[in-house]
Amino acid sequence: MMEKMIFGRYVPAQSLIHRMDPRSKLVIIFLFVCIVFIANNSLTYGLLAIYTLVMISLSKVPFRFIISGLKPVLWLVLFTLLLHLFLTKEGELLFQAGWFSIYEEGLRQGIFISLRFFLLILMTSILTLTTTPIEITDGLENLLHPLNKVKFPVHELALMMSISLRFIPTLMQETDKIMKAQTARGVDFSSGPIKDRVKAIIPLLIPLFVNSFKRAEELATAMEARGYRGGEGRTKYRQLSWGIKDTSMLVFLGILTALLVLFRT
Amino acid sequence: MSKEKLVQLDNISFQYALETGFALRNVSFDIYEGEWLALVGHNGSGKSTLAKLLNGLHFPQEGSIKVNGMLLTEESVWEIRKKIGMVFQNPDNQFVGTTVKDDVAFGLENNGIVREEMLERVKYSLEKVKMAQFLDQEPHHLSGGQKQRVAIAGVIALRPSIIILDEATSMLDPRGREEVLETVRELKENHHMTVISITHDLEEAVKADRIIVMNKGELYREGSPKEIFQLDEELVQLSLDIPFPVKLSKLLKEQGVSLSRHFLSEEELVAELWTSHYKK
Repeated sequence: MMEKMIFGRYVPAQSLIHRMDPRSKLVIIFLFVCIVFIANNSLTYGLLAIYTLVMISLSKVPFRFIISGLKPVLWLVLFTLLLHLFLTKEGELLFQAGWFSIYEEGLRQGIFISLRFFLLILMTSILTLTTTPIEITDGLENLLHPLNKVKFPVHELALMMSISLRFIPTLMQETDKIMKAQTARGVDFSSGPIKDRVKAIIPLLIPLFVNSFKRAEELATAMEARGYRGGEGRTKYRQLSWGIKDTSMLVFLGILTALLVLFRT
Repeated sequence: MSKEKLVQLDNISFQYALETGFALRNVSFDIYEGEWLALVGHNGSGKSTLAKLLNGLHFPQEGSIKVNGMLLTEESVWEIRKKIGMVFQNPDNQFVGTTVKDDVAFGLENNGIVREEMLERVKYSLEKVKMAQFLDQEPHHLSGGQKQRVAIAGVIALRPSIIILDEATSMLDPRGREEVLETVRELKENHHMTVISITHDLEEAVKADRIIVMNKGELYREGSPKEIFQLDEELVQLSLDIPFPVKLSKLLKEQGVSLSRHFLSEEELVAELWTSHYKK
């Protein structure tokens, strides 16, 4: 189940977006998060929506994957919408029934803010749907490289991330095994009051923790035996390549930004 | 077999901490080029500690280790680690990369090999262990034996002259064990590698050129498999299990079947048995 949450997100394909350098994708997402706040009228929000739709269609990810990624945050979007509807009391009165009233500005704000939310989530899910976790890690390591100068441990952080990615499935398997072993000894994980169920997690977590420490120590020994001694003097096997498509995507985003600035009121 | 000394251990003593006793005491022996040496002993006999000393993961308090004539010190340890590759017991806990090819490349990255050469070496070493078709596979989709073969590929990518198997087959099923040993055997034959296998599985040790028996941190006996398994009762007293053909020969002898000696392999035993009538 967890494996689906973390790895099932990636949809392998050969689209333009898939083949983009993870660095350009990360930069674009970051900039997108910033420029979303420029929009303040229907035209500019329309432009953002069109841009997002173009990206989705370029990524060639089946629509149902995108929808399934949206489900958990749908409530949040809805909640924002309702909050604005009820609490913003500006502009013309549109509707009133007793104490309950909706104003024009509230409706407008509600729609815009939830649309903003919606677009941000869509864009970030395009990133995770078209980029493997390890690509994202490599991209981040590369982008954060300048921080090395201020003694920020970029290489170590990236290595940590890649090791945790590698061990997630292993630990899932182990959790499953321990769960079965404890069930066989009479631990009940799936029924009873919440209090008992929380207590039942303890005999699951303790062996998992103990084993993880053991794993960590053995992995460290194995890494040293294979000549690991920090990031210095290391070469890289996986390579990132920035191509014309990455530059053009950034330019495209630049044009969008210019349009937004032009049309905002 | 050439009798070139590749590793020389001179009077090694080692303890993990002051309050614990010595894990190794006054151990001296040589390892020759191109041989398959089995280090056997029960738990706590010091055999795994010995492997960690050879690779500079620990340093002995007394005595010296020379690899290829080079003294093992804090300075030379990285050079020596390039010459000695290690495969550990747990297949999962030595798999660093997120995919097979990344894992094989890990050691190469550490040693600063240029990328073009890395690509070549990764491909070559995976072919050697017959894992080339699993290049992009993730570790949790591989069997234990396959993971160990990837670990071996990671070792040979660095072109060491010695490969140490530290109980590398003890967590595998019989099929995985055979796969791994077969791979190592081929490497030894075709690439003239020196193999040190640390094991408590005497069936595995039977196939070695030479066996060293460790007991309580001391070198107990050293000899060819034939010599070692004639010790018989002594091995049992060291809580080592003797191989099945040897056990069977012994029991047959007790039953009054005349056998010339204790046999190490089933084939030899069978041959002796079916020809025994003529020899009378």
